[in-house]
Order: sequence, then C-alpha cells, then structure tokens
Amino acid sequence: MNIDRLNLGRRALLGTAAAASLPAVGRAQASGLKIGVLTDLSGPYKDLAGPLAVECVRLALEDYGAAAKGMKVDVVAADHQNKPDVGAGIARQWFDQDGVDLIVEVANSGVALAVAGVAKDKNKVYLNSGAATSDLTAAQCNANTIHWAYDTYMLAKSTGGALAKAGGNSWFFITADYAFGKALQRDTTGFITANGGKVVGSIAYPFPGTTDFSSMLLQAQSSGAKVLGIANAGTDTINTIKQAKEFGITMTLAGLLLFISDVHALGLETAQGIALTDSFYWDHNARTRAFSERLKPKAPAARPTMVHAGVYSSTLHYLKTATAAGMGVMKGPGTEVVARMKAMPTDDDCFGPGSIRIDGRKIHPSYLWEIKKPSESKGPWDYYKPIATTPADQAFRPLNEGGCPLAKA
Amino acid sequence: MLSILGYNAGPLLAQSILGLINGAFYALLSLGLAVIFGLLNIINFAHGALYMLGAVVSWVLLNHLGLGYWPSLLLAPLIVGAFGIVLERLFISKLYKLDHLYGLLLTFGIALIVEGLARNEFGSSGMSYAVPEALRGATRLGFMIMPTYRLWVVVASFVTCIATWFVLEKTSLGATLRAATENAALVQAFGVNVPRLITLTYGAGVALAALAGVMAAPVYSVNPGMGSNVIIVVFAVVVIGGMGSILGSILTGFGLGLIEGFTKFVYPQGSGVVVFVLMVIVLLLRPAGLFGKAA
Repeated sequence: MNIDRLNLGRRALLGTAAAASLPAVGRAQASGLKIGVLTDLSGPYKDLAGPLAVECVRLALEDYGAAAKGMKVDVVAADHQNKPDVGAGIARQWFDQDGVDLIVEVANSGVALAVAGVAKDKNKVYLNSGAATSDLTAAQCNANTIHWAYDTYMLAKSTGGALAKAGGNSWFFITADYAFGKALQRDTTGFITANGGKVVGSIAYPFPGTTDFSSMLLQAQSSGAKVLGIANAGTDTINTIKQAKEFGITMTLAGLLLFISDVHALGLETAQGIALTDSFYWDHNARTRAFSERLKPKAPAARPTMVHAGVYSSTLHYLKTATAAGMGVMKGPGTEVVARMKAMPTDDDCFGPGSIRIDGRKIHPSYLWEIKKPSESKGPWDYYKPIATTPADQAFRPLNEGGCPLAKA
Repeated sequence: MLSILGYNAGPLLAQSILGLINGAFYALLSLGLAVIFGLLNIINFAHGALYMLGAVVSWVLLNHLGLGYWPSLLLAPLIVGAFGIVLERLFISKLYKLDHLYGLLLTFGIALIVEGLARNEFGSSGMSYAVPEALRGATRLGFMIMPTYRLWVVVASFVTCIATWFVLEKTSLGATLRAATENAALVQAFGVNVPRLITLTYGAGVALAALAGVMAAPVYSVNPGMGSNVIIVVFAVVVIGGMGSILGSILTGFGLGLIEGFTKFVYPQGSGVVVFVLMVIVLLLRPAGLFGKAA
C-alpha cells in the first residue's frame, strides 16, 4: 500500500472535518449585540432543539422589535455535535474572537456543563434551555449561567411524584447507563419513596448503542411493578415505548423525559395514555398558541418543544434587560448582565410571568400531561391533555438543597 | 418452576427467543456483508446506511405513494439495490485493484454522506411505521408474549438466508460467481460478463441490507442513525463467522443473538460488549473465524 498517499489523504480529511466544524461567523460590530446559538444541528437532538431554536432567537428579535428600537443584534449558529470539547471550543472562539456576548440553547448535559465553565472563565452570558441536568444550578452553578426551561428535578418531581400519589406505588426503571439517566432515576426515586412508594427493580443498559429493549421490558413486567420508569431520552425512549406496546406490557408507562417531537415520532396509536412532564405545550393557552402561530411560517411542519420555548423566552428577557440596563452594561462583565436579568421579573407568551432565582434557576410552573387517544386528537400535533400543575414555587429544587455556592452568599 | 443453572426456565426461554429475533437481523445483515466481501473483496462499511435506506424507502413508499408493507418488501430492496448498483459502477469498481483499506474508506464515506442527507431530509427523531395489519397481535406462550410480527421476522430472515446460501453454493449461477472470484480472466474467457456479474452481486448484497431495513421498520423507529447502531455488531458477527463465509455468517448471526439475549438476562450491563469479547477470543484462537478458511 502507498503509505504516503494514505497519510496525505487522512490529513486532508481531518483538515476538512475541522473546517466544517468551525462556525461560519464574521467580525462583530462593537456597537451591537451578538447572540450565538450553540445547538445540535445534525444529531439526535436536532428536532427538539436544532435549526428551530435558531429561528426562535430570530422570532424573539422580531417580536421585541429590536431593529425598530435601534438595537443591532447579530445571530450566529453552530453545531456542537454532542461533543463537550467541540462545544467548549466553539464557545471559546465565539467569546474570544467573534465578539459573541450571549450563548443560548446547548442541548446535551455534557456539553452544557462544559460551556458553563467557558462562560464563567470569559465572564460572558449563558442561557441554557436544552440540557436536562439539574447540576447546572447545583454545585456546578455559576454567576454567568441561567438554566431556563426544565431540569431533571422538575421532571422527577412532576411525573414521579404525581404517579406515586395516584397509586403507582411500585416502580421498575429502565435506565440509560450514564450521568443523565442515573440522575433522572435518582431524583425520581426520591419522590416515589417520599410518597410511600418503592422501587422494586431497575436495569441500567449500555448507552449509546442499545436498540432492543424487549428483554428488559419482559423483566420489568415479571417484576410485578405497577409503573415502568423510562429514564432515557430521544430514540431510546421511542424504542422503549414502541416495544412496550408490541410486547403487551400492561404497566403504566412513565416517560420521564419525553418531548413533543418524540411523541410525534411515536404516533398517538403507540403513545396514547403515557404521562409526561413539559413546562411548555404549544396548545396550552391563548398565549402559547399565539407564540406557536408566529413561529409557524419558520417551520410549518413542526411545533415547538419546551426547549424551543426556552430559547425564545430567554432571548426575549435578555433583550428587555438590554433596553433597561443600556449597552454599556450589556458589553461589560457577564456577571453584571446576569445579575440585572435576575433582578427583573420575566414574562412572555411561552411560560407566562416568572422569575430567575439567585442560583440561576428560571422559575415557572411545570405541567403533567397525558397523551391523548387517537380518537381524542382533533388534528396534527393535538397530543396532550392536562392532568396536574405544579406551581412555580414548588416546581424546582428548593434553593437550599442544591448546594450552589451562590445561594449561600 | 423448572430451573436451569439456577435461573427460572420461563424467563430464560423468553430471553433466548428474544435473542433469536435480534439474531435474525444480525444474520440477514451479515449475510449481505459476507456475500459482498466473499465475492468482491470489498469491506462494505456502507451496509448500515443501506439498511437504514431500506427502512426509509419503505416509509416514503407508504407515506407518499400509499404503498404498504408487502409491496415495500419487494420494492424497497429493488430501489436500494439499484442505488447500490450505481454506487458500484461509479465508485467502488474503481477500487478492486487496490488494498482493502481504500474500499473501506470509500464505503465509510458513502455511509456518512447517506446518513447525513437522510438526517437533513427526515430529521433525527425518527418516523413511525406501523406493523402490517395481517401481522398484528401477539400469542400468549405462558412464559412470555410473542408478537406475531417478531415471529414473522425470524421465519422470513431464516428462509432468506437459506435461499441465498442455496443459490451461491448449490446452483450453477453460484458456481460461476465463485469461479469468477477465483479467476476472473478464465471465467471471462468462457464468455461470462464478469464485471456485470460482480455489479449485480453488489446490488444483491445491498438489496439484502435493504430487506433487513424494511423488516426492521415496524420494530425500531425509522431513524437515520439506525444503521450506525447495528453495523459494528454486524461486523463483529462477520469476523467471528469468518470473513466471506456465507454459512458462517448465518449461523453466527443467530448464535450471537442468542448469546446476547442470554447476557441481557444475566448481566444487562455486559450485553453491549459480550459480542466483542467473543470476537477477541475467536480472533486469538482461530484468526480466520469459526467458519473461515485459513489464508
């Protein structure tokens, strides 16, 4: 074999890959603001965040009338490829060289925690909506980061707590064997036992790469537990639910992290009856419908997830802060910008009135939904009916329990 | 209840049957790989992407043309097979004289491109594909519920595997093919169009992958990433069975599915690696694979 040729080929390939992963950005104008949407543009979270998240930032700019108010705001986007090193690298380049003032979105807990570190080092602003891990506002919290739409604690409390209260007192978990899955199982277990229930068994399966869940489902069924806790996300959740129906599993299915894009992929025939928690549903009330209607021209075939709503809501609040604080503050230290954001109450079409806590947790109610039967659904994306609401002051982990140093100060 | 090795027989039997079902997919996929490697000497890394394409094409046939599962079972392999033939003529045929590595790199690149395009077009969360009407429902076996569709997958895959083996090993067409891989010039001298034969073989191998994709569509979500999930395991199956051995890949496919199913029952965390542990052991003891001939 011709070694030289192969080496050359490999180098060329690596070069091309590196170039492709670099964000396409130009120089920022010092007078305006620049928002970077760091998201999964090509991988498993593309539908629940991805390109529509970028459109949500643009919609926030339009709704706020940034241009009419004389605000110059640029938007750039990049793909973190679900790799923490890639995500942190892009964040560094954006902050250091491209004049980005704010990073939004960042689905994937691993990447999200890495970017939080970069935002702190560079003293910029970071508003996360896509990641699940509640560690962003616990021991790893910082004064540059706000966690916007949801977290594992909120999901566990709403879904786990509600089902346990409703008589689901014995559980079996099928859990993705990594930090996110384990955190979700741990948090949910806390609420099950607090409500007098118990966990009779669990299986941690290798992640990623597992597509067949049938053997775990049969073990879950034979355990005699009433509720099946599905502690995974995305395609894994879809496959678990699909196969549970196929094998006639009669347990109550608890989708601990299920987005409306997953429900769409499953279809109502398969997904009906499942309980899930979302802090946003497009058809919840007049305001959420108005928001979804305005977003429609940008993506006619899809409806926003709570991640999309979070990106819109957080960008809008950032713009309001810019008007109130002035450009001098916005171009200054990120900690000061975030402090101003925390001082101001939030209000938008997606989450209604809310607030931001000292540890960086955005506070709003969470909702428990049940997926409709096909006969109950009046049209495409008419998927949820409400079961319960957890009020804003109870939806998230109490301030003193997370171990965030900011909360002690 | 009856027990085997300290485990209840019922659940153990259930897990074994589930393993056999997964084994049916492994066998079908590794069969196509083995045919392509055995007759073309190409390590077809695009196999997973073509399997995915089979599932996606059947989804498109259903949702855009109203053609259901049964027509798809025939049409999707034909369409994807034709795509394979185009790939072979335009790209792969240029590499036969070079080292294996070039074919591997090329097909890996093709896989990435095909998956990227599919993700761009269809998104990443996947599309649902319903089980065909005739195969819905399940049978209660006492120790487990056996979905009718899964039973069909095992039977259909087994029949396809045996038919392929029969064509290659017991018919004159198969004999010609095998002769062409031994000595292409000589077979050409007998008036056989060897390049066309090879092109069609690649198309047939690709069609087998697409067939597996159609059968997988109702079981797993139709997802642009579904091929990359299984391709590594399937490669391990081919290596354990012996590169290019038709019968080896069939038996190993079903056998490894069985072992994997058993592992899921005894130690679920180990189910992701058991196939590769076996691969290492086999490579150490029999480098040519269980059914391969030593070079």
